[in-house]
Formats: sequence, C-alpha cells, structure tokens
Amino acid sequence: MAHSYTPGLTVTPRTLVARKRLLPIPGVVLVQEGESVSSDKVVARAELPGKVHVVNVVNLLGILPEDLKEFMVKREGERVEQGQVLAENKPLIKWFKSTVVSPITGSVETISNSTGQVLLREPPRRLDLFSYVDGRVVEVIPGQGVRIETTCAFVQGIFGVGGETWGTLVMVATSPEQPLEAGQLTSEHAGKIVIGGAFVGAEALQRAKAVGVKGLVVGGMHDKDLRSLLGYDLGVAITGTENIGFTLVLTEGFGQIPMASKTFELLHALNGRKASISGATQIRAGVIRPEIIVPRGSEESINTADLSGQVRAGAKIGDPVRVIREPFFGRIGEVVALPSDLLMIPTESHVRVMEIVFADGTKAVVPRANVEIIEGS
Amino acid sequence: MTDRPLRTIVATDCGSTTTKAILIEKVGNEYRQTYRGEAPTTVEAPFEDVTRGVLNAISEIEELSGRRILEDEKILTPSGIGGDPKAGVDIYISTSSAGGGLQMMVAGVVQSMTGESAQRCALGAGVIVMDVLASNDGRLPHEKIERIRSLRPDMILLSGGTDGGTVTHVVEMAEYISAAEPRPRLGMSYNLPLIYAGNKDGRERIKEILGKKTALTITENLRPTMERENLVPARTKIHDLFLEHVMAQAPGYRRLIEWAGAPIMPTPAAVGLIMETIAKKQGINLIGVDIGGATTDVFSIFQGIFNRTVSANLGMSYSISNVMAESGLENIMRWVPFSIDEQDLRNRIKNKMIRPTTVPQTLEELMIEQAIAREALRLALGHHKTLATGLKGVQQERSISDVFDQKGSGQTLINMLQLDLIVGSGGILSHAPRRVQSMLMMVDAYEPLGFTELSVDSIFMMPHLGVLSTVNEQAAMEVFVHDCMIYLGTCIAPIGQGKQGERCLEYTAALPGGPVQGTLKFGELRLLPLGLNEEAMVQVTPARNVDVGAGRGEAVHRRARGGVVGLMLDGRGRPLNLPSRLEDRVGLLKKWHETLNLYPT
Repeated sequence: MAHSYTPGLTVTPRTLVARKRLLPIPGVVLVQEGESVSSDKVVARAELPGKVHVVNVVNLLGILPEDLKEFMVKREGERVEQGQVLAENKPLIKWFKSTVVSPITGSVETISNSTGQVLLREPPRRLDLFSYVDGRVVEVIPGQGVRIETTCAFVQGIFGVGGETWGTLVMVATSPEQPLEAGQLTSEHAGKIVIGGAFVGAEALQRAKAVGVKGLVVGGMHDKDLRSLLGYDLGVAITGTENIGFTLVLTEGFGQIPMASKTFELLHALNGRKASISGATQIRAGVIRPEIIVPRGSEESINTADLSGQVRAGAKIGDPVRVIREPFFGRIGEVVALPSDLLMIPTESHVRVMEIVFADGTKAVVPRANVEIIEGS
Repeated sequence: MTDRPLRTIVATDCGSTTTKAILIEKVGNEYRQTYRGEAPTTVEAPFEDVTRGVLNAISEIEELSGRRILEDEKILTPSGIGGDPKAGVDIYISTSSAGGGLQMMVAGVVQSMTGESAQRCALGAGVIVMDVLASNDGRLPHEKIERIRSLRPDMILLSGGTDGGTVTHVVEMAEYISAAEPRPRLGMSYNLPLIYAGNKDGRERIKEILGKKTALTITENLRPTMERENLVPARTKIHDLFLEHVMAQAPGYRRLIEWAGAPIMPTPAAVGLIMETIAKKQGINLIGVDIGGATTDVFSIFQGIFNRTVSANLGMSYSISNVMAESGLENIMRWVPFSIDEQDLRNRIKNKMIRPTTVPQTLEELMIEQAIAREALRLALGHHKTLATGLKGVQQERSISDVFDQKGSGQTLINMLQLDLIVGSGGILSHAPRRVQSMLMMVDAYEPLGFTELSVDSIFMMPHLGVLSTVNEQAAMEVFVHDCMIYLGTCIAPIGQGKQGERCLEYTAALPGGPVQGTLKFGELRLLPLGLNEEAMVQVTPARNVDVGAGRGEAVHRRARGGVVGLMLDGRGRPLNLPSRLEDRVGLLKKWHETLNLYPT
C-alpha cells in the first residue's frame, strides 16, 4: 500500500509515555527504581551555586591590588554576614579609618591581588526536580535524575508557552468550533486546566490570568494576542520558560481554527481527570511539542495496538489528515490517493502530493509536506 | 600541500536535520560528483547514534550507483577492494553541524577590539557565538557572571590585552568565568574546554584561576599588538577541541571520527574554506551566503581577507518569525505586488515557524516567502558588514589630503563596487522554481554595484567540498566548478538616482546571438540573453551623474559572464528605493516581474 512519511501529532486515549527527568547539574536522586510517584513528588535535588557579588575593595579603600590581602579582615572561604566588615585600612589616626562591609550573607569566594576585587557568593539555592507526571520510576540515573513511565491518554499540541504544571481538566467548550470567551472563565477555574474550542482572544487570556487558571488548551490564537501576552514578538519557537501566569497549549496553530474533533472528543472524555501539561516547544532538531498527559489507572491495561501513536508509519489511504498550509490551512480530511510521481504545483515546484477529500465532499491536491497525519487512531 | 591520489570519495554532511552524502568519482581525467543520498540525522533519541544516519545516506548512494560501499556497517576501503571495480571508496570524509553546531561564548577586554577579534576568530572556525563578553560591555559584574552561568556553551574563548600590556582586565574576566562555574552543554561529567588566547603575560594567572575549573588550553594571543590579528592558532585549537571534547560527547561520533580519513570539520568552517579557496585561486572578491531554516551564514573574501558571520536567528523556517520581527512587516511587504491583511500574514508566518517543513503551494505564498528571504539576506549582510572590518583602535597615519575626508579605523571591508561574485546557497535560493527568482532575490537584497556575477549552489555540497579541499584540492575545485556552482549571470547596476523614465545609461553588448545596443532608463530592469559558459564584451556609458565603476559619467568597457538567467541591467538606481505609495509600488513590481518573466502568469 502507498505510504508517505508525513509527520504528525499524537492524540491517543492510551499509550505508554516515558519522561526523563534530569537535573541541570549533578545532585542526588531521592526515589528508588520501581517506586510510584505523583506529579508533585520531588524526585531529585541539586544545590545551585549561589549568586556572585563583586566588591572592588581596592577602589573603596584607595589601596593597591597587590596589597589587598593585608587589608582583608575575612579570608577566602570564610563565611560572612551582610553588613560585616570585609576589609579595613589601618591608619595612624583612627578618624581616617575606613571599612568595606559585605553587601550579602554568604562566603568569600576569591580575593584577587591582580584586580583588587573580592568575589562573594550567596549560599547555594536548593533546586527541586518534580516528577511532573503520576507514574512509576523505571530507571535511576545516579546523580542526574530518573526516567518515569506512565500509562496515559496523550495529546501533543503544536505550540505552547509556559512550563510544566498539573491540575484538573475542565472542558468549557461545547463544540470544537466554539471560541473560548472571557465570560466562560470564573473563579471556579482557579488552579484548573481549562479546555476551550477553536480560539482564545486577548480578553479571555487576560481573564484566565486574573482567575488564576493553571493551563489553557485551545485550537488557535492570533499572533498579535501572543505578542501582547508575552510582551514581545516571539522570533524563534523555543518556549517553556515564559512567566505568564499559566501554561498555554495550542493544538492547531495560529488563527481561528477548530480543534480537531478527535482531540476535542478525547479531552471531553477526560473532563474532570488530573492532567500534567507543558507548553515547552522547540522546533529544531530534537523536536519538543507541548503535551497533555492524563494518567490512566493501572487497571486500564494497554495492548500493543495502543502504542501505535508513537510509531510514525506514514500516511496511508484512509488516514485522517490536517492540512497545515494555505490555501486549505486548518482543514481536516481523509487521504484518497497517494500518487508516487512528482507533480507540478502552481508555484512551478515539482513535489510529491496527496489527494484529500474534505468532510464536505470536496477534493484537493496538496503537497505531502503540507499535511500532517492525525496520529494515534 | 600535495593532493592525495584518490579515485572514489564518499563525503557526508551531518546537518541538524538531514545527513547528506555525495559520491565523487574520477571520470576520465576529471573529478565529478556522480550520486547523492540523504537520510534523517540520528543524533537525537530514539537512535542517538550519528553513524546510523550516515550509513542510511550512504546506502542510498549504494542503491543508486550500484557500488558496494558498506560491509558489516563499515565503510569499505580502498576503491576496487577484492578486485571488484564497483566496490569500496578511497576515502570517507565528513562535516557536522548536528545538535545545533558548535556553540561558543567568547570574551575579550575591550568590546570593539579584542572582543571583536575573538568573535571573528570563533566565527571563522564555524562557530555560533552565543555571546561576547567584555570588560566594557555595559553589564555589571554580577550580570556577566549570571550570563556565563546560564549559557552552557560547548567551549569558551578568552582573549584580552596585547602582549606586554596590562593583565588586570583579562584576569578580571577569568575571575568572572571561574566564579560562574560554567558547565558544558553536552554531558555533565567533563570540564568545559576553555581556550586562552590573550596577553601572554597573563598565562600564569589564568592557569591559577581557571586551570582546575576548566579544561584549559593556552595558545598564542589572537591580538598580539593593536595593529595585528593572529587568528589562526586559536582557530586551529577550536577545531582540535571540537573533535576532542565536543564531538566526542555526541552520540556515535567516536566511531565517525575513526571512519573519517580527514578531521571532521564544523559545516560552516568547511563552507568558508571552499569559498576562500575559490576566491584565492581566481583572485576575486567574493560574498557567499547560506540561508537555512534557522540561521544565515555570510562569508566574504575581500583583498584576501576572509570573514564569516552567522546570523543565528535569521532563517526561513525555524527563525522566519524573527526575520519579520527584525525587518518589520512593511519592509517585507514592499517586495510583494499585492496587499494582504496584517493579521493574516502574521499568522501565516507563525504557522510556518511551528511547521517548518511546509512548502508554498500558491504563487502568493511563494512571493511572500521570497520577500521574507530578501529581508533575511539584507539583514544578514548588514550584520556581516559591521563585523567584517579593519582592526579598530589602530593608529592611523594622516596626511594633508585627509583633512576633509578623515575616516576612523575599523571601516567595513565590504566594498560592493569591488565585489566580483555572489554565491548563494540554501533551499530558498538553490530550489527556487525559476533561477531568475534566485538572482533577483540576491540583487534586491544585496544591491550589487557596477558589474557583479551571481551564482547558486546546486545541491548544497559546499561543506563536502570544503573538507575535501583539505585532502585533495584539485578534486574539490573540479567538482565545485562543474557540479556545484550554477552561474546565473551578471548584474550591471549603476550607482545614482534619477526620475522614472530618465536616461540612465547607454549600452552595447557583443552577444553571441548578435550585437545589441540600447538605452536603459531609470526604473527599468532589462534582461539580455547571455547563456551558460558564454561571455560578451559590454560597453556601458552612464548619464552625467551616474557611476558604473569608473566614476560619474565615465564609460566602462569590460567582459561579462553569462549564465542560466543572463545579463541583467538594473536601472532602478542605487540605493534602491521603492515608491512608498502602494499603487505605484505594485505597478512597478508587476512591470519588473513581467520583464524578467519572474513568475508564471
């Protein structure tokens, strides 16, 4: 049967997802292999070296760098409290005495007789690494982190902003075409992950922030609303560290685009369940897409067929697909033909194409590069 | 260098997304590129072994060529192994930019002096420079330290101070680096490589400060005096450390290094090398550009001085949205002969960013993409001009003639009037449906002056040829001339402004099809037929206030090279100003497109 290797986003009711949780610097792992963990469990911990402060002691005392050590009251490695004397001069007349005090509580890192500077370091900060998903520890990487597996419903978005969070899913849209209105968001949604339909606008985004939702999942949004949400024009799609008050996941793209009905129906069925979501998106090699992970009970066992969402086999005739470029952008259809020869399109480029029939019965020929399979069916 | 005798060569470039393999064979007395194959790069999960993608790309060549190159997942050498003329290759070579290329932080003392020299040194080595730190960069000490800590580069280059000068400032920078305790991007278990190429009197102090915290390498000062840059030793160290530390951390690379018959080079370093080789061999000034999905690399060789810059966030897919953010929507839309709703266009560009592999299906979409490419090319050249300069801070000798025209040190080396050749590369230029589209994109973006030849890279094999030139320069040059470069033609663009329809210049050209002559008016573009491997003598007599290279009103008589597009006469004036009124601009764009037969109608 004809196939085309077309990327797609996974939308599946049950699959096995593994997440590597790694510290940015070496630390300690706090869980054992085989242990069940919930999303808020700290699985590993590291101590981030404290912030460094520079004090130019020679300038402040009016001395030469090579003489600095003679004037220091504190030595390298010694602890120091904020306001404590770091260095002082030794005048013959007491009135001319001047001192340099520490601006922070921490320790003396280095005393440089080349530059005359003293570097102070704040105490280390604790960095807790959360499990992020409810699951089981299947591998411990000593000093670095763990791998956690979970049987779950899994939905990949196309783009997101904001980091990892978790909460209860609340479906507020009645159809995939319905935009999320500000008025639909109430105080009941505080701490929840709200599922809208086709679109979220500036007003609803403001309201989501005011209400205190943890996450928003919608089909699309306008670029201008993203700009005002972030406060800048996003140039490169590397996200996940934005501090906008909540995590936002788009399932379809930019513009007003109905959520794929399969995604909508799955999320509808998961209404009220606990989910872990992340807006982190990275579109260069080693693609990271935003995700919604809804753990399923261990009693809901999975079979191999359920894992199909993770294997990208390519498009086949009959596959549901979404067109991802103008002039049919956002339309969902079914593959009816996969001609193997290159075809000239209106730009005069010769490309591989597929023929698609849309829900209204109309047909279109689209470059294979402009289509994505709705995976996990 | 003596060339190694080779008959069959297989070369790969392990890019961020695709590994591209080419086969080069000696056909008769000449080297030719005969087959190519490609496969997804496999540095990331689930494969996490770069050699998998290399083997896949080479097996595609095996299928197409019928030559047996692999056995037991190893490359068979030499060519003709076991008496089978269709088996084996003489050498395997490779470049790599997988995993985001080589990313470095560089530091100097004075930003415009050692800071810039260090940046030029790293860029020339094929590096993506993440940040340039300097004592006078305007950041407070703790901000510098935080920045170093958060960057996680593959390597750091520390320079500063001229030999025999003060060491205080470079030691200060070393102290900041030490305090930041920088960690490498890949792997947790090894120390970050750091190259010290600063004041030689500072070496002992640097060893004390950084010797234990980093994998320290000391090399010659890259700016030994204010008047001299010495970038080669530090560049060589960057390449050595790239192989020893950075590549060795990437999955599968140890095996790849074993296979390769020459050191693996960072992709842009190899491209730079081939461009430099061509410019030197032909004695020309050259600008090369490689516009990719994420970045745009610009190379230049003027008066034998090589420079490279990379605009890390100017590209046609991953970074397309940043091109819009940097250039502004108006600048993009000035190249498009229609108007479009701003919100719609912004959404389209963001959708391309999040789905970077899509292709324009309609003519309108193609025109928008090519308009964005013009802006990316323009911005990247602007960036290049600011770094490809003479040394700043150099004492200038003045004479009486300088009284009215004093130029400071550090002027850009890019002189468009002395430019002989532009080489374009990257999908949007190499794969434009009509070659004339590539030519006009480059002419619009670069605004060449006088006579300038233009060409494109056919299938992006410059990296392969760059690394090949290190083992067999003749093979690299032959393949470059015959199979890599496609000459588009020559652009003749006079400097000056005039009213639409006013006389700009008179021309006569001894074309192979017969002599032609005519008058080019301001606001006109004209294309004369001068094909591939053809040349013609052209006489151009500009109007009184117009200059084609010999001075205002002075005639120029010289040879012009043809190409797949031809001889383009550009009477649109320099600098190129498009009418601000939408109707006027659209009318002119349509006229030019029609004259050049730029798009299907």
